[in-house]
Amino acid sequence: MRGGLSKTLALVGAAGLLAVSACGNSDDSGGGDSSASKDVTVFTWWADGGEKAGLDGLVSVFGTECKDYKFVNSAVAGGAGANAKQVLANDLQAGKPPSTFQAHAGAELKDYINAGQVDDVSQLYKDYGLDKAFPQNLIDNLTVDGKIYSIPANIHRANVVWTNPTVLKKANIDATKAPASVDAWIADLTKLKAAGVAAPLGLSKGFAQEMLVETTLLAELGPDKFKGLWDGKTDWAGADVTAALNKYKTLLSFSNADREAIDWSDSLGYVNAGKAGYTLMGDWVAAQQLANKVPETAYTYWPAPGTGDSFQFLADSFTLPTNGADPDGAKCWLKVVGSAEGQKAFNTKKGSIPARSDADPADYPKYQQTAMADWKKDTIVPSCAHGAACTAGQNNDILSALSQFSGSQDVAKLQKALGTAMKTS
Amino acid sequence: MHGRIRTWGPGALVLLPTVLLLGYFVYGLIAWSFNTSLTNRHTARKGPADYVGFENYGHLFTEDRFLNSLKNLGVLTVAFIVGTLIFGLIWALLLEKGVPGESIFRSVFLFPMAISMIASGVVWGWLLNPSQGDDARGLNRLFAILHLNFLENPWWTGGSRWTTMMSIALPAVWQMSGYIMALFLAGFRGIPPELREAARVDGASEFKLYRHVLFPQLSPIALSALIILGHISLKLFDLIYAITGPNQFRTEVPAILMWNTLLRSDQAKAAAIAIVMLAVVAVLVIPYLALTVRHEEER
Repeated sequence: MRGGLSKTLALVGAAGLLAVSACGNSDDSGGGDSSASKDVTVFTWWADGGEKAGLDGLVSVFGTECKDYKFVNSAVAGGAGANAKQVLANDLQAGKPPSTFQAHAGAELKDYINAGQVDDVSQLYKDYGLDKAFPQNLIDNLTVDGKIYSIPANIHRANVVWTNPTVLKKANIDATKAPASVDAWIADLTKLKAAGVAAPLGLSKGFAQEMLVETTLLAELGPDKFKGLWDGKTDWAGADVTAALNKYKTLLSFSNADREAIDWSDSLGYVNAGKAGYTLMGDWVAAQQLANKVPETAYTYWPAPGTGDSFQFLADSFTLPTNGADPDGAKCWLKVVGSAEGQKAFNTKKGSIPARSDADPADYPKYQQTAMADWKKDTIVPSCAHGAACTAGQNNDILSALSQFSGSQDVAKLQKALGTAMKTS
Repeated sequence: MHGRIRTWGPGALVLLPTVLLLGYFVYGLIAWSFNTSLTNRHTARKGPADYVGFENYGHLFTEDRFLNSLKNLGVLTVAFIVGTLIFGLIWALLLEKGVPGESIFRSVFLFPMAISMIASGVVWGWLLNPSQGDDARGLNRLFAILHLNFLENPWWTGGSRWTTMMSIALPAVWQMSGYIMALFLAGFRGIPPELREAARVDGASEFKLYRHVLFPQLSPIALSALIILGHISLKLFDLIYAITGPNQFRTEVPAILMWNTLLRSDQAKAAAIAIVMLAVVAVLVIPYLALTVRHEEER
């Protein structure tokens, strides 16, 4: 009987150990507070490709500028940060924020601001002279209730259409010139379809459709009313919105049937392969074409029709989390991110353009040079699909409404759903 | 006194960790979720939240997106259960006859279950490509090659709820039919051969033998299969996520909506969806458990 009892105790002990190890797991993950050293944990979703190269560029500048601190990479891979955001949400919820984390600049930060998870960095803008180095227009777009909560590392342009000149030649369309309006574009698409291109507009799922809606709204409403859609000054129920959404519906009819099943790189592939004439996608396409070794003569690009004077931007930025382990180290990182050397090291590798207006275009490849020129002269408007204009929640509702519309084609329902989406947080 | 502790003491000690772990990690967290669902905790902000009663539930049941996800789930569950039971039963009947190489077939039918749903979802996402005609890929391409063009269809991107959700059920049926086959096959093997012999001696036709003698013996297994399939279907998440992505209105089910809601830090609403899902599963499982317990007491 003695043996039986001790066996029982051993079992209980083992089970207890299991329970303890299950509970104690949270200690060894998360921030570097235990080391109490000068570690700066930088949380990003830049894990490979040009993004990783850009991050490495930043790190090398950080290494010379902030000698006292050590960079700790805390990247989580996965499309546009969907996986990373979950990991980050857990860490923030557990009160173990990284030293700094990547987030889309603009309204998407509201979730973190409302949750009290990020600090105001307006003072850093003054300290580092960023309020002078960044265009005022951009700073206005980043300001939430008079405060700025992040420092952008780069700028991407969302309203760009990429074409295949060989395909456009079938209908005698000049690929170097953008159609003047959405209507003119629709006329060109109609010509292409008549010339035997079954689905002249390459389109993919989710945010690609959202970007097409946005540029259509931007073209039809103009930049001021378009901005008003996101800050509540423009009525979503207006007749001009209805008209724009009807044009979006027409555009959809020129797109490929499998748009719900493919990614943006696939629809770009349709254009490169000559199956489609156009696709609308952000300017990271330039880097993708480079990586795929598509020669620059095989494609042209211009701002989405009717939006030539607007630069629809999105930006990756870094924040200063509330109660971070080593705020001074994080500030040094933010200083590097905003600095001219940091932005150059990052953007020449990632294929984006610097947020600073004092950068030298000669350091950048061809596409970026034109984008930098536009960045200086165009009206800057935000993008909802990439977090500059709306919160993650609003974006989620809009994506859901668009996927419904892609099947039902009910404009009235879509318009109502979009209006409702912007009323949520 | 000492002796009595000796009889039940070790047993209780062994059970204790299980009771504690289950009590905390399952029932405790259910209570926690339910509690959260009654508050207005709509952000990730820490600190106290106000109780708002069943307001979150009220909002849910007036929301198009949630009602859509419930209807999708209903269609998916019916299509999945019916499909899986039919295929499982057919395969079990074929194998039960004792074909040569039975073990090979049994393994082939069971293998899909060994694949994780997220992996098979990725592959089925390719197979269910909605392109048709010259561009057709995946299954549509196969139909075209076999000159069965009339079978080509847009799969889950189609217009009606039945076509979209049946397309989602198709991979799930493929994956789980083998398991149901194994259940039924075990059931058939458990029936004493004397019953068949007696029925044959009495002159029952093969159809009547199955209809009146064998199938009634299988009813407890069919019930278990129904419960197992039902709760798999109600919890289905990874397969749909892999095939259609996270924001697809046409194939959204409550589990995916809950994930989307939690990702935007609306904890109260996500908890309310979780509790509704639990209630739906409970409607299915509790009567079954009650029945099983009563059966065991009768024995």
